[in-house]
Amino acid sequence: MEALLSRYRNLTVLLVVVVAQLLYLAYQVRTNRDERLIRVWAVTAVTPMAGAVEGIRRNTIGFLQDYFILLDVREQNRKLKSDNDRLRLENVYFRNQLRTAEHASALILFQAQSPSKTVAARVIGNSTVATAKAVFIDRGSTSGIEKGMAVVTPDGIVGKVVAVYPLVSQVLLITDPTFKVGVESQKSHVHGVLDCGGGKCIVEQIQNEDKVSAGEWFFTSGEDRIFPKGFPVGTAVSVQPGQGMKDVKLNLSGAPAGVEEVLVVLQGVHQPIPTAQVAEETAVKAMPAPPPEGVDTAAQTAKPQTEADKVLEKYDTIGKEQNHVYGAYGSAVPNFNLKPGSGPAQIAQTQTAPAQTLQSQPQSSSTAGAAPAPKKPETQPAASTATLGGTPVPKASTPAKSTANGPVLPLGAPRHRAVAAPPQASSPPPSMPQQ
Amino acid sequence: MNETSDQLLTTRPVAESWFGRFQVVALAALTIVAVIGKFYLPRLIPNTEWLELPLLLTVYFGLMRRSPIASLFFGAFVGLAEDSLSPANIPIGMYGITKTLVGYFAASVSLRFNVEASFLRMVLCFFFYFFHAFFYWIMRRALLGQAVPFDPPETFVHGALNALIAIPLFAMLDRMKLAGAS
Repeated sequence: MEALLSRYRNLTVLLVVVVAQLLYLAYQVRTNRDERLIRVWAVTAVTPMAGAVEGIRRNTIGFLQDYFILLDVREQNRKLKSDNDRLRLENVYFRNQLRTAEHASALILFQAQSPSKTVAARVIGNSTVATAKAVFIDRGSTSGIEKGMAVVTPDGIVGKVVAVYPLVSQVLLITDPTFKVGVESQKSHVHGVLDCGGGKCIVEQIQNEDKVSAGEWFFTSGEDRIFPKGFPVGTAVSVQPGQGMKDVKLNLSGAPAGVEEVLVVLQGVHQPIPTAQVAEETAVKAMPAPPPEGVDTAAQTAKPQTEADKVLEKYDTIGKEQNHVYGAYGSAVPNFNLKPGSGPAQIAQTQTAPAQTLQSQPQSSSTAGAAPAPKKPETQPAASTATLGGTPVPKASTPAKSTANGPVLPLGAPRHRAVAAPPQASSPPPSMPQQ
Repeated sequence: MNETSDQLLTTRPVAESWFGRFQVVALAALTIVAVIGKFYLPRLIPNTEWLELPLLLTVYFGLMRRSPIASLFFGAFVGLAEDSLSPANIPIGMYGITKTLVGYFAASVSLRFNVEASFLRMVLCFFFYFFHAFFYWIMRRALLGQAVPFDPPETFVHGALNALIAIPLFAMLDRMKLAGAS
């Protein structure tokens, strides 16, 4: 025996090492327990270096541009991008809420549901397994992140947290072969399972009898207990009948592979699937409706903003023109049906006869996107509604801006005292998703 | 095999002397650089997930060390280091087993062929990359029951790219060998 082992010493050692690793592997699989200690050591040893290298890379690449060419424009851009992402996520939340029901029920939903709490994180490294799609983010258990939390961007879903370490976390992307996501179609509410393992994203488990059309939006269904219901996932690019099940290929609205900054959902809130058309951001952008005659077009052209920004700006302009301070005690309720830029004389005239003025005015510039704004009743009282992406928006989302005449309050903050106003305006404003 | 390896090892004193002088610190540093490179390089240069620096290092070590036992242990060490940074849904040991075999086979091949030629090194790197990817895929399906896809054409392309990368990388490591021997 000893001679045999000596003769085949190399092979024996190979078998011993392989079998030892196999047994260790089997132990992990059988107990379904991750060897956390080894991973914690490795990740703790590697991620500070990776974080430092990432920081050096970010700083050195933009050094010349930051300090010699563009000064600190890059930093401002980063901040604006971060703010923009946050606002877009809020915008998605508001749109979903507002599209579900009438104004009153939407406000009730706003009151009843607390919004999702998220924390921003930055991707600092990839996984060492080429076929497994996973990344490391620079937030860990000290930031409140736990295993199983959803990771999203304003554009769509990204993945879920599969391992949490003190300072970093590991996120399994939805493009990983082992990751499945429960999705639901927008129109017919058909439920399916998203699988992006084969390079293309396919929605499985949809019967041939179910009605799904190309171009239809899919949202998270919440059935996977990872992503809250109502997050956009993507659009169906092709729908073909298969053997028993439909072959639905999906185009993800987010970009999990190339994402650099993500939001981890600390406390998810299920949202209803929006019934109206989702404003898809495509490369082809339609021109807005031509402005009415006699209106300064230069002020309207240079506004590359989101629809929410346009509504905010419109309200801000209306407030300034009518000397209204948002949130200030005793300030008269402005007439939101007036077009921004109207002179004081016209304001006075229209305040006396709002119905006639509304009849003569074309569609407001705040109605952005391809979907046209629904016509409002001409006798509708002032300060009742505006439009947001073709959907009526309650006045409760009126923003408060910093002025020298009154206190500065955040968007939708309640007034000091109830002001006599139409029923919609007096309702408490919705709460915003926290970041 | 033991006698054969002893004979061959005695006929190649240059390589042996290099590894005799090769400091453990340098080897560990190379390993860490390779593993961290795989961890971080896709962030720095997009679409470089195919680059298998730890595998190339394992192959090089096996080819030059010409000791199956040392090479399999080195492969196991590199593989387990990679496993510790792998996704949490993949248990530790998958890369360890694969690279253990790669290290052993690389060293076994070096006992029978002259692996100083660049073309042979390139062919071996291509072969070991394909073996590595295929065996890893087999293990994920068989041991873990994970239905992950395997794309042979893509693996061929990635293997060829790694083989091309291996030529300058091995030349650089050879230069380090000369520097260490002087």
